[in-house]
Formats: sequence, C-alpha cells, structure tokens
Amino acid sequence: MGLLARLALSEAELDTMTAELSNIVGFVSLLAELDTSHVEPLAHPLDTHNVFRDDIPQPSLTTAEALQSAPRHDGECFLVPAVLNESGAA
Amino acid sequence: MQPAELTAIDIVTAVRQGDLTAVQCTQAFLQRIEAHNGSINAFLNVDTAGALATAERIDKRRSQGLPIGPLAGLPVAVKDAICTADQPTTCASKMLAHFRPPYDAEVVARLRAADAVIVGKTNMDEFAMGGSNENSAFGPVRNPWDVTRAPGGSSGGSAACVAADMAPVAIGSDTGGSIRQPAGLCGITGLKPTYGRVSRRGLVAFASSLDQIGPMARSAADCALIMETIAGHDPGDATSLTGGVPRYSTQLDQPLAGVRIGRVPEHFAAGLDPEVARGVEEAFAVFKAAGATVHDIQLPHAKYGVPTYYLIAPCEASSNLARYDGAHYGHRATRRDEEGHRTPRRDEAAHGTTPHTEGAFESPLVEMYCRSRAEGFGPEVKRRIMLGTYALSAGYYDAYYAKALRVRRLIRQDYLDAFEQVDLIGGPVSATAAFKLGEKTNDPLAMYLVDLYTVTANLAGVGGISFPCGFTKSGLPIGFQLQAPALGEGLLLRATDRFQHLTAWHQRRPKSIPSATPAVR
Amino acid sequence: MNASPTTPFTTIIGLEVHVQLQTRTKLFCGCSTQFGAPPNTHVCPTCLGLPGSLPVMNRQAFALALRAALALNCTIAPTTKWDRKNYFYPDLPKGYQISQFDLPFSSDGHLEVVDPKGAFAPRDVGIIRVHLEEDAGKSMHDEAAGTGDTRIDLNRAGTPLCEIVTQPDLRSPQEARAWLNELKLLLVYLGVSDCNMQEGSLRVDANINLHIPQPDGRIAKTPIVEIKNMNSFRSVERALVYETARQYQEWQETKAEMGSKPKQTRGWDEPAGITRGQRAKEESSDYRYFPEPDLVLVTVDAAQLAAVQSGMTEPPTELRKALESRWKISPYDADVLVNQGRELVGYFEELAGAIGEGKVASNWMQQDVLRTLNERGGTIDAFPVKPAGLADLIRRVTAGDFDTSRAREIFADMVTSGRSAAEVVATLGISAVDDDELLALCHELLAANPKIVADVRGGKEQAAAGLIGQAKKKNANVNPGKVREKCLELIRAMG
Repeated sequence: MGLLARLALSEAELDTMTAELSNIVGFVSLLAELDTSHVEPLAHPLDTHNVFRDDIPQPSLTTAEALQSAPRHDGECFLVPAVLNESGAA
Repeated sequence: MQPAELTAIDIVTAVRQGDLTAVQCTQAFLQRIEAHNGSINAFLNVDTAGALATAERIDKRRSQGLPIGPLAGLPVAVKDAICTADQPTTCASKMLAHFRPPYDAEVVARLRAADAVIVGKTNMDEFAMGGSNENSAFGPVRNPWDVTRAPGGSSGGSAACVAADMAPVAIGSDTGGSIRQPAGLCGITGLKPTYGRVSRRGLVAFASSLDQIGPMARSAADCALIMETIAGHDPGDATSLTGGVPRYSTQLDQPLAGVRIGRVPEHFAAGLDPEVARGVEEAFAVFKAAGATVHDIQLPHAKYGVPTYYLIAPCEASSNLARYDGAHYGHRATRRDEEGHRTPRRDEAAHGTTPHTEGAFESPLVEMYCRSRAEGFGPEVKRRIMLGTYALSAGYYDAYYAKALRVRRLIRQDYLDAFEQVDLIGGPVSATAAFKLGEKTNDPLAMYLVDLYTVTANLAGVGGISFPCGFTKSGLPIGFQLQAPALGEGLLLRATDRFQHLTAWHQRRPKSIPSATPAVR
Repeated sequence: MNASPTTPFTTIIGLEVHVQLQTRTKLFCGCSTQFGAPPNTHVCPTCLGLPGSLPVMNRQAFALALRAALALNCTIAPTTKWDRKNYFYPDLPKGYQISQFDLPFSSDGHLEVVDPKGAFAPRDVGIIRVHLEEDAGKSMHDEAAGTGDTRIDLNRAGTPLCEIVTQPDLRSPQEARAWLNELKLLLVYLGVSDCNMQEGSLRVDANINLHIPQPDGRIAKTPIVEIKNMNSFRSVERALVYETARQYQEWQETKAEMGSKPKQTRGWDEPAGITRGQRAKEESSDYRYFPEPDLVLVTVDAAQLAAVQSGMTEPPTELRKALESRWKISPYDADVLVNQGRELVGYFEELAGAIGEGKVASNWMQQDVLRTLNERGGTIDAFPVKPAGLADLIRRVTAGDFDTSRAREIFADMVTSGRSAAEVVATLGISAVDDDELLALCHELLAANPKIVADVRGGKEQAAAGLIGQAKKKNANVNPGKVREKCLELIRAMG
C-alpha cells in the first residue's frame, strides 16, 4: 500500500501507522450497519450539469514561470531521474 | 481611534471618509502582528513591505480622487492554503515550504481588486488536515485566550489572528469544520458558505467535493462585507454556483420573528461538555427572546457523519495530494551519492525514520517519489493518504468509498427533510471549549471526533456559521453553530447579526496576549 | 484470416486508438494545442497540475467527440461522468488522468472497412466504446547529455483525446491497416482530428492472439499480446504480421494458452522488424478510479444529438456510394477520389458536372490532376487549373481539336502558366491539321524514309512508329494516330 501511495515508511512508522489505520478502518466500518442498497451514491453536493468553457486560447504561463518552483530543470524542461521507458521512445 | 480595535466595517468607512489612511490601518495591524505573532504563531509569512506598498498606492489614489474599492485599506490575512502570487503558499507543509505559485487564487484576486491589503499568510494544519493546528510543519498555533491551548483547526492561524487583533478579518477554508470549529474555540465568527458559493480556484485542494473558502472576523456584519467581495460565480471553477450574490450587508439587522430554529436533542448527549451545553441552551433562549421559535428535530444519520467524512475526505485527498511527488514543484529528496550510501539525517537517526526499504526501490524515479513524499509530509497527512489509497483500492472501493457516498446522500436527505420544518438548525460547534495542546495528538480518532458537529454540513453542501455564545468559567469561548439550507448564507448572517446586537460575547477580547515569546517549533 | 487447411489458425485482432481532437485549446484549460511549440510554452496552472488549479471542460472537445461517436454509430449515453485514473508518472503532473471509467459518453458502435480490390471480404468492426480523456505530457530521455535525467515537456499535457476501443473483430493485419485508414479518413472528413501519426495526433495499440483448432474439436487460444510503439499504419501491419508468426511458433513450442500467464505487452521495434517483450510491472496497475469531484456531469438530450447529426457532412462510406451512383464510376474510382479528401471530391464533382460525364472526369482526376498535385505539392484548393478550365480542355479533346497526348501538354502549360486552354492553344499555334495537310505530310515522310516503307511492306507495321517523331517535328499539331494510320494506308496502297 505504501508503494501504491508512493510513501516510503520506516519500520517504526509502519508499525504505528498500521495500528492507527486499523482503528480508523474499524471506526469507519460503522457505515456497514446501514442499509444503503436503495440509495444512489452522492459524489457532488451540487445538482449542476453541463459546465463548459469556449475553445478560445488564453494566455499561457511563460516557461520561466512554469519552471519557477521546479526542483530541477534545464531552462526548458523539468528534469527527473531517468524514466526507464521500455520502448525507449517519448 | 485605534485601528486595531475597529471592526472591518468601521475601517473601510474610516478610510473611505478619510478619517484614517490605509497605511495607518495597515501599520497598526502590522505592529500587533510583530508584538504577538511570536507567542501565537498565527502567521507563517508577514508581507510587511508588500502590504505597506499596497496601502500607499490606495492612499495615493484616494488623495487623487480616483475610485477605491469597497475594502480599501482593510488588512486581510489569508490562510496559507490559498495561492498568492507574491507570497509563498506552503499549506504549512515541508512539501511546499518554498513554493511560490505563479498565480493568485480567485478569492485573492477579488480581494486585491477590492483594494484589501493582504498582510500575510496564516498558519494551519498541514494541507488542512487537522482540528487543532498542531499538525503544522512550522509549529502549532496557540489560542490567544490561553496560549497553552489549541485554537482549533485547520484554519487555526486565521482564527487566532482575528482573536488577537492581528487582523480584522481573515480568510479560511472549511472541509469538515475548519472555519467553524476554530472560530468557536477562539471566540470569533466564521462562515462556511454553501458549497460552490465561493470559488475554489487557487485553494490547494484537500477534499474537492467538501472544501469551501469563507470569511472569519469579529462579527457577522464583517463577514457579510467580505462575502460580498469573495462570493460569486467563477467560470474557472466548474463547481461554482451561477446566480447573483445578494448584498448581504443590506440584509442584516432584521427581526427574527417567524424564523424557526431546529434543535437536535442528540447533540446534547454524553460527550458534550456541560458548560458548552449551558452556553448553547442560553443562546437558544436569546433567539427565542428575539422572536424566533425553537423546535426539536432529528438528523437521523448524524452519527454517521464522522465516519463518512473520514472516508470521503481521505480518498479525495489521497488523489489530490498525488501531485506532490517532487517532480515539478515542491520538495524533492536529495539524490543518493554514487556509491548508493546515504548518511541518515539527524532527525531520521533520532526518530528512527530511516526508510527500511533502502535500496529496495524499483527505480530511481520511484525512489524519488517515495522519499520526497516521506520527507515532505507529516504523519497526519501520511495517515490520510494511506487510508484514502486503501479505501479506493481494488476490492475495497464498494465497501468503503462507494458506501460512504451513499450514506452521504442519506445525510443530505436528513437536511432536506429538516429544512421542510425549520429555517435554521442551531447547536454546538464543538463538544468542548479549547483543549490543551498535546491533549489529543496521540489519538488520531479522538482528534477526528472534534469535527462531530461540523462535518455533516460539508457532506450535504449546506452553509454553516459559528460565533461566540458565552464563556466557560475559565474564560474560554463557547461557540454556537447555525446551519442553513443551500444558499442560505443571507439568513445565517442575518440571524447571527441579530444575536450580536442582543449580546456582547463577540466583542470580548483576550485579557492579555503574551508578547514575543519565542515561537515553539 | 480464418483457419483453413492452409492456415491452421484464425488471427484475432482488436485495436485501441487514441485520437487528438482538433480543438484550438486543451481539454480543461485555455492553453493552445498547436503542434511543435518550444517545450513548456503552452502550459498554465491547470495543465501543470499546480496546487489549487481546477479543470473546466472544453465545449468544442465534447462536441467533436460526440460527432466522432455518432459517425461510428455509437449509442450516446444521456448522462456521462468523468473519473480520475490515479497513477504516478512524471508526464502526468496531477498524479491522475481525468478520463472516463464506467460511464463513457458513448458505446456499442461499429465501422465497416471494404477493400475495393476485394483483397478481403468487407469487415464490420464493432466498437466497444469511445470516451474522452486528457493526454499526458512528453518524457524524453536525454542519452546524449549522459546525465541520466529524463526531460519533461508538458505542452501536450491536457490535450483532448478520444479513445476508441474495438471489439476483437479484425482477422488479418491487412484488414487492421485498412480499417485504420478508414477510421482516419472518417475522422478527417468530420473535422474531428487530423489523425497524423507522425505528429502524434493518432496513436494505436493492437491486441492480438490466435485461435488454433485442435484435432479434438476444441479451440486453443494463445495468450493475448498487446503491441505498442507502432509509428505508422504500415508498422501496425508489419508488427501484426510478425507477431502472428511469432505466436504460432511459440504455440508450437510451448502450447501455452490464454490464461496461463498475464497479458503481455510487447514493443514493436521498426528497424529490427520484431516485437520485444517489455518488463512486467512489479505492481498491478490499480488505478483506484473514482468520480472526478471537480467536474460536473454532462447530459446529452435527443435535440442536441439531432443538431450534431444534421450538422455533420457525408461520411466517406456514403460519399463513395453517392459518387458511384451519381457519376457511374467504379467503386475503385470512387474510393481513390474519396481517399483524397472532401476538397478533391468537390473538384471532381464540379468537373464531372461541367462535362456531363463521370468516367472521363475521374480518369483526368486520377491520371493528371492527382499526379500533378503530388509532383507540385500544395492543396487542391490552390490548384492553378480550376474545374471549369479543365472541363473546357476536355471538351476540346472530345470535339477532336487535338488528341489526348496533346491535351496533356496543354494541361501542363495551363498548370504552370495559369492560362486557359484557349490561350495556350493560341500561343502554341495549335490548330487542327486538315486532311490535305496530313496527306501532304505523309507523302513527304514516306519519300524521306524508304527503309521504313520497305520494312512495313515486308510485314513490320510497327516500323511506322519511326515516322511519328519526324511528323511532329515538321508539324507539332499532327495527331500521331492519324499520321500512322494515313501512312500505313498509303503504303498499303502502294501495293
């Protein structure tokens, strides 16, 4: 689960977190006692539909602005440790 | 007159009429900040130069007879979860400690256009996750009423700075109670608007279907003033409501005859502190005396509010925080040296946080992700990310996340049903007054329960306001909450304003706030 | 192909196509989608995934996607939703892709491919779904710099994509290639996408396995392989041909069947002409789909659908049939014309209308107009000879003013000079050669070429061809056919 969330946890953290999460999961499992078989999920509190924007270009950021908080960049692109792309292509 | 003792309305009136300059107002509050922030730690960043420059520009325009905005000269503090292009936006996290957004949030843009003076960014629970402002990577915020106690969270800094008169108004955000609960614990007024009433563009997302930005001030009247500027449709936020924004300030100070206020008997169960219960009942009495009627109602699924919230919010958060991976912005873990060794940092050695999976990452990229996030996030954030990841994962989605969404609909239906019988729902905002720092930090579940009275409003998308209705024997504020149907902020503000004409709790200030004690890290 | 005594298996192919929609801006923000811009110049807080940023749907993107789905005969969902597909990759700045999971806006369509030459029977390929999602950015591994870094350009991040997933209905690599051409033609005709694989506006992954009838009557199925990294329709065909053979060989060696191992992904290596197995991912891809809270639902009603439908121009299949019946041309001819695009079809129809005849017009289009266009480059809209002008030329040929080969010379001049047929004819001094002139010329030729005359009289009629060049030199306006005919007549008359 740590890998799925991309979180490296130490042994100590793992132990604490496992216990804490167990408690929390136990707590939220309270919901199981409710019969919701005839209830639809509510993902949005709003009832609005069909919100769009027009296909008109808006000003973009400059490259400098886009990279201003990048931990590593070369003036044009963000730099990250080599991605081992299987096909070697972009 | 002392600007630091004026209401926001008084300040903008004084500046407009020329009785005070914007610079005078700004300086007065900057002095308060300098005097007290060391002991309260409400501000993560104070933009002295920028604020004064803005104030000077406003004064100059005014002296030239040019138009000035409706908030001209008003110092405003902004929660550090809201993007400001000219100041860091850290969300009180190491992950964004040095992050400067290249854009202003919609709310910030509107405040600037109204000529407000943004004095600084306030402390908060990291990524808005918490109920005490003890989860900040930059030290907890202390309650101005008693600096050994928490101010509440996650907008603890915003609440504390208003309570300590370091700013007349502050902007906070509320996902499960993060405006209302700290307002209650700090003795100020805080409004969570109807979902979609205020644009979320530029609010660093915690739980997108629950988050809302709102004003925090000494009174409903001041909150109404701010709402007129920040509320309204934003085409850049697909979840923002269309439809006009009422002139809230003109709808205040109306009699409450005929207004029906619901009271939920279950709220007064065993967990509610007796002093708080008494304060809340006295508030109901004030409303009755003002002409409103009080009716007992049911919110049958209220007890499922916290577990529902603590599924939906972490699930959305686990996704919203996936972008913090060290790739494009934010904290990136330092690379290991060539030999693959890495000296554990001092804090790692001390707290045993050396990753046990050293060398076990499948690629340098994955290692970068895992270590950057491990280093950048605090424990509560990690907990919620793990919980959310788990609850969304294959095999668990239906039992957890999907289940929570169904219960959410039941909770919303409770409100719809209740509002057929009453116009407002009243009650406590928090089970206790401000608790001691450190009291709940070892028990995440105990901390989650501080949101007991507030989460259901976010789940249903309705608005809620909290304001002081009394004090405990030890002098701590007691908060009262009103909730209204969707788009009912006008009634919330009106009812609170009436209450504040009939009482003076909201005008009390902490007797003394320590000055300049070294900040706790 | 289906199993038969000569082919011991049936090839089962399905395709997954991603098409970039031809909008001016991205799916969720106003950044330009123009190809070829310098890195990270078409980015904003939304497509960069900056903290606090929010998506808002591009109306035109949804409209184009709807158009594509309708043309593919899909059922359109009355309500559709958006979902987050969560995974970590540097070209995906939010850490999730906004896509569609369980309620795509369209499903259950089909598109037929017909080969006019009959290389395969018409194949109607089912389409499982068409949905709308955002594209990721580009990651480029900089080997040359030797730093071990990957460079990330987010210009492409947020570009609107239509994902089209077919049923595994294709039965040969040739069919697959032809179907892709048909899909491309359709989407280009609709103005939905320019489907340019070189620019990345169309990408294809293929799924293939074999069904091998067993002696006991059972069908053994080889494990399905997903092939990626094919950069052209030709590559798709080549890769599928290779993979078919590879799977059959593997079957003969291992007898491994579907289900015995997880679905494999193989990358096509164009220079080497082979597919290579890719490293299996260590973790399962659990995308943890959930509804996108930042976007509201989209509803489509019957009135909207009718409006989109009526606004759509004829798709290629219908256009082909229309041309065949309207102008009495062959399916092959109709196919060639339609494949060139709507503008060229328009030119053809104008031309055919002007001369009142389809076949001749079609021939001129294919042999002359198209050939010239390909040589010169440029579009049919900018072609120097307009349909009316070409029609005039063709009418003169029909009237006998000059023969076809002469007409071609005139046409070539019209193209380069932009002048009308009449002007060119006048300039070149072209006029009909009357019978007396022709007779006189032939007499001259015969007198000057006794050897040729002798050869012809000796039985070699083809020797007369040697007179044509001389004839043209003496009088460029002569009709070569008439010269040959007259000369032979005269020689025969000699007895």
